[in-house]
Formats: sequence, structure tokens, C-alpha cells
Amino acid sequence: MQGGAAGLAYRGRTASIGFAHGPFVRVDAGAGGERVAGTLVEEALALRNAIDVASVQIADLAASAGGEAAQILEFQVALLEDEELLEAIFASIGEGRPADIAWRSTLDAHIAEYNSASDDYLKARSSDLADLRDRVIHILRGDQDQPLKIPRGGVVCADDLPPSRFLEINWSGGGGLALLRGSPTSHVAMLARARGIPMVVQLGAIPDTGTTALLDGEGATLELDPSAEQVRIFEKRRDSHHKSRASARAILRRPTASWRGERIKLFINIQRVEDLEHADAQYADGIGLMRTEFLLTERGGLPDEETQFQAYDAVLRWAGQRPVTIRTFDAGGDKPVPGFTLDGEANPFLGVRGLRLCLARPEIFAVQLRALARAAVRGNLKVMFPMVTSADELEAGRKLFADVVQHLQADGIAAMLPELGIMVEVPAAALAIASFKTSFVSIGSNDLAQYVLACDRSNGALVPLMDPLHPAVLELIARTAEHGRRAAISVSLCGDMAGDPRCLPALLNCGLRELSVNASALAQIKQTIDRLSSGGGLG
Amino acid sequence: MLDKADEQIFTGNVRLVHAVGMHARPAVKLTKLAKKFEAQISVRVAGAPEWINAKSVAKIMAMRAAHGSTIEIKASGSDAEAAVAALVDLIASDFPDGAP
Repeated sequence: MQGGAAGLAYRGRTASIGFAHGPFVRVDAGAGGERVAGTLVEEALALRNAIDVASVQIADLAASAGGEAAQILEFQVALLEDEELLEAIFASIGEGRPADIAWRSTLDAHIAEYNSASDDYLKARSSDLADLRDRVIHILRGDQDQPLKIPRGGVVCADDLPPSRFLEINWSGGGGLALLRGSPTSHVAMLARARGIPMVVQLGAIPDTGTTALLDGEGATLELDPSAEQVRIFEKRRDSHHKSRASARAILRRPTASWRGERIKLFINIQRVEDLEHADAQYADGIGLMRTEFLLTERGGLPDEETQFQAYDAVLRWAGQRPVTIRTFDAGGDKPVPGFTLDGEANPFLGVRGLRLCLARPEIFAVQLRALARAAVRGNLKVMFPMVTSADELEAGRKLFADVVQHLQADGIAAMLPELGIMVEVPAAALAIASFKTSFVSIGSNDLAQYVLACDRSNGALVPLMDPLHPAVLELIARTAEHGRRAAISVSLCGDMAGDPRCLPALLNCGLRELSVNASALAQIKQTIDRLSSGGGLG
Repeated sequence: MLDKADEQIFTGNVRLVHAVGMHARPAVKLTKLAKKFEAQISVRVAGAPEWINAKSVAKIMAMRAAHGSTIEIKASGSDAEAAVAALVDLIASDFPDGAP
């Protein structure tokens, strides 16, 4: 940055894009007072007590933050339960060291080891260790843990900021985060991206003084006490960023793709909650397909309602206002589940799978529907049934769902019936799409192609025949998209075709305007649509 | 009578398929599962000089097992065989949610 005459400018690395203009708030890990050590036994007890208190604090923080943050904090809880780690510290106390010194030196040794790693991921984890180190030391010293008071829209500057401190700050008024060290792959960076808080790391040395700051998450710059001219230029950058993200450097930061002037919505598919950690996931318009089969592979049998609710709720929290489409259990076929799917079917792909299985096992299905009904009040939830053949099946599923909602509400539990849709995978459903009273449709192109082409998709000998661009497959996709247009319901496609750049021209020409792909494919698909839109080839 | 099962060492090998290797979440899951067993369980990246306590999350993280590396597991104790099988399964199935 060409620093202005009046203000000082510093450059770091981008951790989360966005702009913040506000009061400059320097936050430091409190030096704290000295503590007077007691006897060996007292010191050991003090540390044991501090660890217990820290565990409770972290658990409380995780409970109130929820979702991804809770999972991040789980690592700290696990560290506090690490007997081998603790043994070494207690041994050191046994040799006469005060509790805080013993704790600090062991944690510092681990932090140094993590920091010396060539692996950025491991390096980034050292801030979790430092977070934990400081928390326990504060407790040992009896420091009252003052919540950080950050003025609205403030630009928070720290050496590094642990995830728990980030979560204690109220970011609802905006603001930004400027770290002198830190890493774009740290947990706190993940949290900042998830919340859309601009964040710049590795700014190096910065004076403690300053009253106002401009933080540009995209240009990775921090300007202190800016001149009017600097503010003007900053605001211009911010406005142009807001108005037209298309000018952004990276393709992902562009607005949702458009093709021939029409908006193309790009969603992501997730197999499990952890998939939201992918760095590109934040750029999706929502979740087009959350598979729920991962819940069925759990140890100890089928998942209870609470386990399911927690998983759905975590995803809805991540998504905020964006839509989240959750598919009910799609077991059977090539996805057998002990205790759920039927054994010994001669032809499982044409057997009792998807919604067919769920309707056959209402006692299992009802548990999932209860969890979904409760989750529906927590965000923008849509639920879809897989492997639907006839309109009667959809209605049977809807009836079960409505009963479940009624029961929950009668018991005083917050619940509602979410928008209900179907997967179009069975050719009959595609051909008779107008017979379904569905709020939306998602085309499962893998199964649709397999059934239309009569090719087992797991049979390697049929690979040359298994062409999703076969005119018959495209015909059914086009008919489904056309129905959506006429009936004004959304039609998306969530199979492998959506993530295959070679298939994109055909899908767009079929009339599809919503696609759902794995987060890792999002950038390439966005880029491909952009190229197609500007008349280019597939590149 | 001496219980011979206590003496026996069970071992297993499994490839780490997790995309980013043994990062925090898999490490937490692995140690949580290991702690469910009485057995003494050690792991290492194939060929590494040191065996690591599978119940210590700090050690497991610092092991720096990369994506695609092979993890060796050995266990001794009453439920050692089941412990090895469970850990192999957890790693091979890519640390599914809800497990353990």
C-alpha cells in the first residue's frame, strides 16, 4: 500500500475478506499478577481445580456458540483430558514447581513443537494450545475473566486471538480482526470467514496507538488514523467491492455466476457436518444437498433424535439465512445399513431403498422426521425425499411428517413442517413430474442416468455406455426443468454432472439454473459458467 | 491362572485417507475411541522410530500423520484385539461423524 501522508499503512495476509472502518481496539493477553505458590499438594490441587473450571468454561462456550465453533473447542477439551500431557505437568509440580509455571512450560514446549512444523495446519493449531494455556493460567491467578468490551464496528488488533476470545466478542455490529501473527488456516480464521468478519493476519509490528482503523480484508491492509483522502479511497474500494464483486481477483469472490443474463445459483453438497470446513464452502448460495447417511454409520446403532437434531442444527446455524436442503435417509441400493436395510434382495438398486425403505420402517423414519421438524424452526430448512416413484409416496411421507409435527407441538416442543421436495432419480418421477405436489425438485443425475440407461453405475464394464449426456437423460432433465419453470418451483441438480465442467453447457441449455456441487468443485464450476457466459470455451 | 490374552500383542495397519491427515478433529475422535478400551494402545506412522500413546491427543496431533500415510497400531491388554479392530475401522472409514 502507498501509505498516505497522514496515516500509517500495514500489509498482512488475507484470512477473511470484507471491509471494516471503525475504532482501533488493541487487545493484549493480560500480563496478570504474580501468584504465590503453596505446598506441593496445594499446587497440584490448584491445577486440578483450574483444569476442571476451564473444562466447564469451554463447555459453556461451546454450548452457546454451537456448530462449528463447538467442534473446534472440542480439541481443547480433549487436551484437558489428555492424561499423558497432564501427568508430565503434575510430575513437574511434584518436583517443586509452582502450578502455573509447570503448566506454562509444558504447554509452551508443545506450542513450540507445533510452531516448528512445516505443516501450516499444525502451526495454526498452536493458537488453540495458547488459548488453553492462557485460560488455565488466568484461572490459577484468580483473574476475573473480563469479557472483551469492543465498541460497535471496532477493528480488533491482537498479537493472535484464540477462538474462545473471538467467540466472546459480539460481532453483530460488524468490525474486523487484525492480527500481528496468526494464520489464514487457524480456527479463528475459519470462524471469521463463517461469520463474514474481515480478517488480516501476519501484519508484523504495529504501534499500540491509534484511534481509528481501516481494515481491508481483500487487499490485506490495515491503515491507522487515516487521512480523509485515505478514507475516501478506502470507501471507494469497499463500495466497488460491494457493488460488483465481479472485479474481485479470485473467481470465488465473484457474485453468483450468471449465464446469458440469468442468475445461476450454486449450492454445495455435504456428506457430513465437517464438510463445511472447506475454505470455499462459504461462497455457496446454500446447501443443495445434505446427505444424512453418515448418521447411520454411527457406532452403537441408529442415531437418536437428539444426535440428529444437533447435526442438522449445526448446519443450519452455519448457513444463517441461506437455504439448507436435507435429504432424508437414502439407504439401500449400494448403501446397506445393518438393522435398517433389507438383506437378500436380488436386485437392491430396484429394491426397497430411499423413501421406499423409510416408509417401510416408519419407526426409524419418524425419529429423523422429529429431528428435522425441530430443526425447521432454527433456519431456512428444506427437506427432500430420495428415490420417489409415485405421488402417493410423497403424500405418505408428508402425512407422517405432519403427524410428527403435530405431536411435537402438542407436547409444547417448537417444531414445524419444512418445505417438502423430492429427488428426481426414478425415470417415472421425471416423466410424471406434474403429478407431484412438491415445493421443489432436485435431480439426482447419478441414479437417473443409471435407471434411464439401464446401466449399473458400479459395473466397470458398462462405463462407455454410462453417459450422462445421453439424449434420453438430457431429455428428462429438460422436461423436469421446464416443469419447474411453468409451475414456478425451483429445480436443481445435485449429481456428479453438476460438478463436471463438460456437462455444464448441456445442463444450462436444458434450462437448469441451480446446481449443487461439492465445495471443492465450486470454484471450477463458477469459472466454467463465467467462461461459457462470456462466449468462451471450456478452457 | 494367567490370562494369556493379557500378554498377547495385537497389531494392525491402516491407511489414513483423511484429506488433511491427522488434524484436530480426527485426533480427538481417535483418542476418544482409544480411551474406551482398557488396553494399552500405541500408534505410529509406519516406520517411525517412536510409538505414541493413542490416548494422548497432544501426542497424536504432534505425530503429524499426513494424508495417505500408513498408521500402525499395536495394543496389549484384555480388550486389545477389539481395540485394534475399532481403531482400524475408525481410520479406514475416514472418521465418520458420530463415531466413536
